[in-house]
Amino acid sequence: MIGHLRTWPIVLALTIVSAPLVLMYVFLFVDTISNAPAGSFIPNEFTLEHWSFLWETRPGRPSIWRVTLNSFLFATSTAALVLVISSMAGYVLSRLNVPGRTYFLAGVMVLHAFPAITLIVAIFLVLQVVGLYNTLIGVILVKAAIDMPLGIWLMKGFYDTVPWEIEMAGIQDGASRFTVWRKLVLPQVKPGIFALGLFAFLLGWGEFILPQVLAPSGNAQVLSVYLAGLIADDNNFDMNMFKSVGLFYMMPVLILFFVFQNRLMNIYGGGSKG
Amino acid sequence: MRILLEHFSKSFGAVKVIEDMTLEIKDGEMLALLGPSGCGKSTTLFAICGIHRVTSGRILFGDRDVTNVPSQERNVGVVFQSYALYPHMTVADNIAFPLRIRKMPEAEVKRQVEEIAGLVHIEGLLGRRPAELSGGQQQRVALARALVRRPNVLLLDEPLANLDAKLRLEMRSEIRRIQLETGITAILVTHDQVEAMSMCDRIAIMNAGEIIQIATPQEMYRNPRTAFVAGFLGNPPIAFIEAEARDGSLAVKNADIRLPVPKNATVPPDGTPVIIGIRPESLGTEGDATIRGRVSFIETQGRENLYDITLENGSVLRSIQRVRDDIALDDVVEWKVRSDDIFLFAENGERL
Repeated sequence: MIGHLRTWPIVLALTIVSAPLVLMYVFLFVDTISNAPAGSFIPNEFTLEHWSFLWETRPGRPSIWRVTLNSFLFATSTAALVLVISSMAGYVLSRLNVPGRTYFLAGVMVLHAFPAITLIVAIFLVLQVVGLYNTLIGVILVKAAIDMPLGIWLMKGFYDTVPWEIEMAGIQDGASRFTVWRKLVLPQVKPGIFALGLFAFLLGWGEFILPQVLAPSGNAQVLSVYLAGLIADDNNFDMNMFKSVGLFYMMPVLILFFVFQNRLMNIYGGGSKG
Repeated sequence: MRILLEHFSKSFGAVKVIEDMTLEIKDGEMLALLGPSGCGKSTTLFAICGIHRVTSGRILFGDRDVTNVPSQERNVGVVFQSYALYPHMTVADNIAFPLRIRKMPEAEVKRQVEEIAGLVHIEGLLGRRPAELSGGQQQRVALARALVRRPNVLLLDEPLANLDAKLRLEMRSEIRRIQLETGITAILVTHDQVEAMSMCDRIAIMNAGEIIQIATPQEMYRNPRTAFVAGFLGNPPIAFIEAEARDGSLAVKNADIRLPVPKNATVPPDGTPVIIGIRPESLGTEGDATIRGRVSFIETQGRENLYDITLENGSVLRSIQRVRDDIALDDVVEWKVRSDDIFLFAENGERL
């Protein structure tokens, strides 16, 4: 009982601080399924018209499902690219005696420090020349490249915690260096692989500026760009539909977070047990 | 299989760890590489299994020169200090790993895993993961994994260092039993002289990258080549006192003690400074020479007591004797030394 008495001021303070946030989210949800009279917050009728974008394609806009698929492709492809390359590069940088390793690592770090936006003009020109402008592939490559430094550093950190003896034992057991990596070391860094994959997916899902600039229209449009298009459209301005699309856009992220939050925490822990 | 290191040298950058070492391990023998940390014993081990490349010299397995053969093809079984089991695999998969790498048929893998599990007594644990095993069990699994592919030689790198005292005793005899049953050539790296003496056929004692002496444990204990060897073997350890040769006997420095020159040593010329080594079991109630000193410490060991006696020049000797009630701290005693059991060393540590 005493414990309860002591904690109630903290609970109260937290409630007051977080109330505005909770209220905002509640109203975001309520607004998507109701109409309110002008000038009032309180809804007076239930409706699903704001969600109509799910089954009706608006004139001049791509289908929401096409855009969602693009977003999904964009996020999974960048995540897959980042995973494959970082898990190999991280191992090499952690374990093999590569010439200039320290410089490479420092260089990678510097790349990570650059805001992507400062590179955008150059990237735009490069994509134009190569012919990947306004394609999903182009923007996937750019996004993966920008996420890579973080991934490499993260994976290197995970590999550093794997004991050398495991690899030595594998070599003595007759396995090649590649088999040792694939069969013995990779399973030890599974938490890192998982966390990095999830992070890369979420980063890709949430990315706006790169697709907006490099793949703004047509078949390559992703959800964030679609959403921005809604609010920029002065002719058919519909705030509640904007909210509905926003909620729709958020949903996969929320689900992923709820399901995998424990594994995500792993990114700060990690390492091998036993 | 006979293992031969010929003029083996290893340096890391400018640091020479081992210079011109020649060492032969006989077929079926268990040899201990014994020495303090940093003496190069692990480096030697890693050179044999191919993890370190040798700087110069040759390594032969039988008649085959393996100096430049990669680890994977040397077929060396290694048990690491940390066991290095694969944490994500079951015990059975751990043991089967080297066989599967060799693409052995699955039925044969299963048969061999069960056979080796029987040998090291872990039949009941095959389905578990390493994290669910005790230290001793993990050790057995590591042994099984190293032995299952019938290696040319078994290397044990401080295999008992991570075990508690009771398990260590048990695994000591277990490892020896398994080595004898399989008849495999084995090299044990350790800094613990008890392990080396109790488990091995021969000991190669190392210091600063050099092998000081190779002999059977008994021979090495009875007949150490240098003061370093004498100091390394024996627990409680030997005690050294400085002396000088005078009139065919040994006069302890700054003390009124004379000891005869032991039969096993040559009589040094008068005035030669020497070091006398006296093992704790050589000092006590029997002997032909007398040493006078004050009992400065008594350590109870149960069956025996260990007495430190401080001589008048400040040097400390140790004596291990059956527990006796007639000695108290600070008593002045005159104890006997069997002069043939003492060791005589030159100032540089060489046996005289």
